[in-house]
Amino acid sequence: MRRSPKTRLGAVAAVAAVALAAAACGSSGSPSGSKALTASAPGITPSQILIGSHQPLTGVAAPGYDEIAPASNAYFQYVNAHGGIYGRKIVYKYLNDQYDPTDTASVVHQLVLQDNVYAIFNGLGTPTHLAVVKYLNSSKVPDVFVASGCECWNAPGTYPDTFGWQLDYIREGKILGSYIKQHFAGKKIGYFYQDDEFGMDGVKGLNYELPKSQVVASESYNPAVTNVAPQVTALKAAGAQVVVSFSVPAFTALLKLTSLKLSFSPQLVVSDVGSDPITLAGLLQSFAKQGGATVSGNALTQGIITDGYLPSLGDTSNSWIQLFTKLHSKYLPKLPLDGNVAYGLAVGYTFVQAMLKAGRNPSRQDLINAINGGLPQGAAVAPYAYSSSDHNGITGAYMAVVKNGVLVPTGPVQVTDDSPTGAITTETAAQPAAPASGIPSP
Amino acid sequence: MTLLRHLAVAVGAGLILLALSVKVTPYRDYQIAEVAAYVVAVAGLTVLIGLSGQISVGNGAFMAVGGYAGALLLIHQSWPLALVFAASAVIAAAAGAIFGLAAARLRGPYLAGATLMLAVALPSLADQYTGVFGGDQGLSASITTPAFLGATFPPTRWQAWLTCAAALITLVLLANLRRSRVGRSWRAVRDDEVAAALSGLNVARLQILAFVVSAACAGLGGALLAVVTGIVAPGAYTLTLSIGLLTAAVLGGLGSLPGAVWGSLVLVLVPTYLTNVTASHGLSGAASSSVPIAAYGVVLIVVMLVFPAGIQGALRRIFGPAAPAAAVPLNALRRRRPASEHEEEGIHEKIT
Repeated sequence: MRRSPKTRLGAVAAVAAVALAAAACGSSGSPSGSKALTASAPGITPSQILIGSHQPLTGVAAPGYDEIAPASNAYFQYVNAHGGIYGRKIVYKYLNDQYDPTDTASVVHQLVLQDNVYAIFNGLGTPTHLAVVKYLNSSKVPDVFVASGCECWNAPGTYPDTFGWQLDYIREGKILGSYIKQHFAGKKIGYFYQDDEFGMDGVKGLNYELPKSQVVASESYNPAVTNVAPQVTALKAAGAQVVVSFSVPAFTALLKLTSLKLSFSPQLVVSDVGSDPITLAGLLQSFAKQGGATVSGNALTQGIITDGYLPSLGDTSNSWIQLFTKLHSKYLPKLPLDGNVAYGLAVGYTFVQAMLKAGRNPSRQDLINAINGGLPQGAAVAPYAYSSSDHNGITGAYMAVVKNGVLVPTGPVQVTDDSPTGAITTETAAQPAAPASGIPSP
Repeated sequence: MTLLRHLAVAVGAGLILLALSVKVTPYRDYQIAEVAAYVVAVAGLTVLIGLSGQISVGNGAFMAVGGYAGALLLIHQSWPLALVFAASAVIAAAAGAIFGLAAARLRGPYLAGATLMLAVALPSLADQYTGVFGGDQGLSASITTPAFLGATFPPTRWQAWLTCAAALITLVLLANLRRSRVGRSWRAVRDDEVAAALSGLNVARLQILAFVVSAACAGLGGALLAVVTGIVAPGAYTLTLSIGLLTAAVLGGLGSLPGAVWGSLVLVLVPTYLTNVTASHGLSGAASSSVPIAAYGVVLIVVMLVFPAGIQGALRRIFGPAAPAAAVPLNALRRRRPASEHEEEGIHEKIT
């Protein structure tokens, strides 16, 4: 294939720009900076970096979450079009596991053994990823930025090659719990959570903050069973006035609709992963339609309390949101600009940060070392926790309420740790702005 | 004599598989291991349906029993692997015996219905007792490569060895069972229950025994598959799995043990191949995940129309017209069907 002189010029310019940036950042154009690109690790060739992922492209967790991998891929296309990672292009192969752990095991074996990927990036889901975390670590495949806030990924001793990314559910549970303690003192609280490490971690965090006497019901659901009437009936019978939900979007929607049907209207407080207003509105409308009813998705999501660890999409003056909007309109015009797209773009940015830090010809271990050394704050409102003894990602979030389909922050960014007693503090430093190029500097 | 011949074939196949497993990539080893695990389960089913004439749409549930038994033993006991596998087969066989007691009273579609119920209901037990079975998330069932093979030995090759050894042992045992008094009695029961009873056979006991054997195979297959994929979770043991096993048995040729191998190859390789094809053609997630299922249906229809006796039946027709037809055509499932080719196998003379 012939490349037009214009793109070649563009590529040269981009490489030059990256080289300049590298020089400016203090790698000072040492001889190592101009080393030839080699096939330094499985999945890495002089021209590309192949990474893989398991994603729910169909099935119960697909609504909303199926936008994440295309969004990350859009960010990689953007980086590839602007010089790539030291000239290498990122190739992102994500396979459908239908949010079924058995399928996850099968597609991840395929990615690692057949496609020989450099790393598994942003594998989505707690129950699903738990099926492969041991395998990836025993095979020494970097398992970076798992799309789940389970504490399971923060085990540098057992799983040295695994890193979380999003706000972990314990921290999130603490932040939600302390908000509820302050704003709904004396109210009866019910829990609604997914019956696995995802839900249980969230409940753990909530319990660190909320007095036991206030919690009147604790109901779990199985993601394979879409009837949640028994749980909602129990929450109603217990007289819950506030229901805290650690659920995937489809089950937040089912909770809301089933509550409506049973004329039960508690204040909903929903974990970030289950509260994206655009995804929820779509789900509410399509579920209601299946049941022969018409509802306004936006009206039903109005007033849901949640938290956000990425800047609110409603904040159009934020440099990150401007970057996301630009990338969205260029690469993802068919998808809504919602929390999932923002998530995919933001985690793609983090991966590029880590790859640039891993060096020109990185081994698999170089990537692990790079993240263990800590990464500068990216698109998230709070810094990462990464160190050799902590493999959690984002450390804080702001509380927000859903208004007209966007999150409206109701308070400052709060950061905390994942221990039972660690204090929740207000983050004083402002979030650094997005780089003008949209690409992190190495 | 027969035993020796079967052993010789098994040893030969084992040597070929050993050579193959060393030659191929780790991913192919993984697929070999998957196929071998399915072979065990499908072979048990094909014996049940093809020989004893009972139909089961629920052998996926027995795989679940074996898989969970294996995983729980691996987690809670430090037994040698062979013992874990044997115990999984025994536990599944016990489940099969209990179910077989009820099933021996049922016939045709009623039996199919009862086994269908088992396939639907049993895996959801895992969600009822999350403390033991880990709920939807399942249990980990990973094994480590033994130290004497060295640290760099590909784990999937070790898994391929384990599963292939288990599959070959199972096939030898089943092949001998087929040729034994029990196998002949099963065929007599299948062909005509009344005649079999008049000949002094205990029909109910033979039918239960067939269920036990097929459940034991399914259980062993389930435990092997659990070790290969590293996980047992209810999502693996849906009705689709049970139907898949049945499909594989029919595709390969009911009652034929080599047929179980062909059927398992189709079961594992066709979906993987098609997923790759659809992925490389950039189909959307929803479309690409339906293609394998649709193609599977097409393969099934075509094979059934062109080769009613399954792949093994077709091979025999093409390569060995003189050989006795071991594969039973689909219509063998009808009770009291008219005499057909496989009565050459000498049922009557042995029984009377």
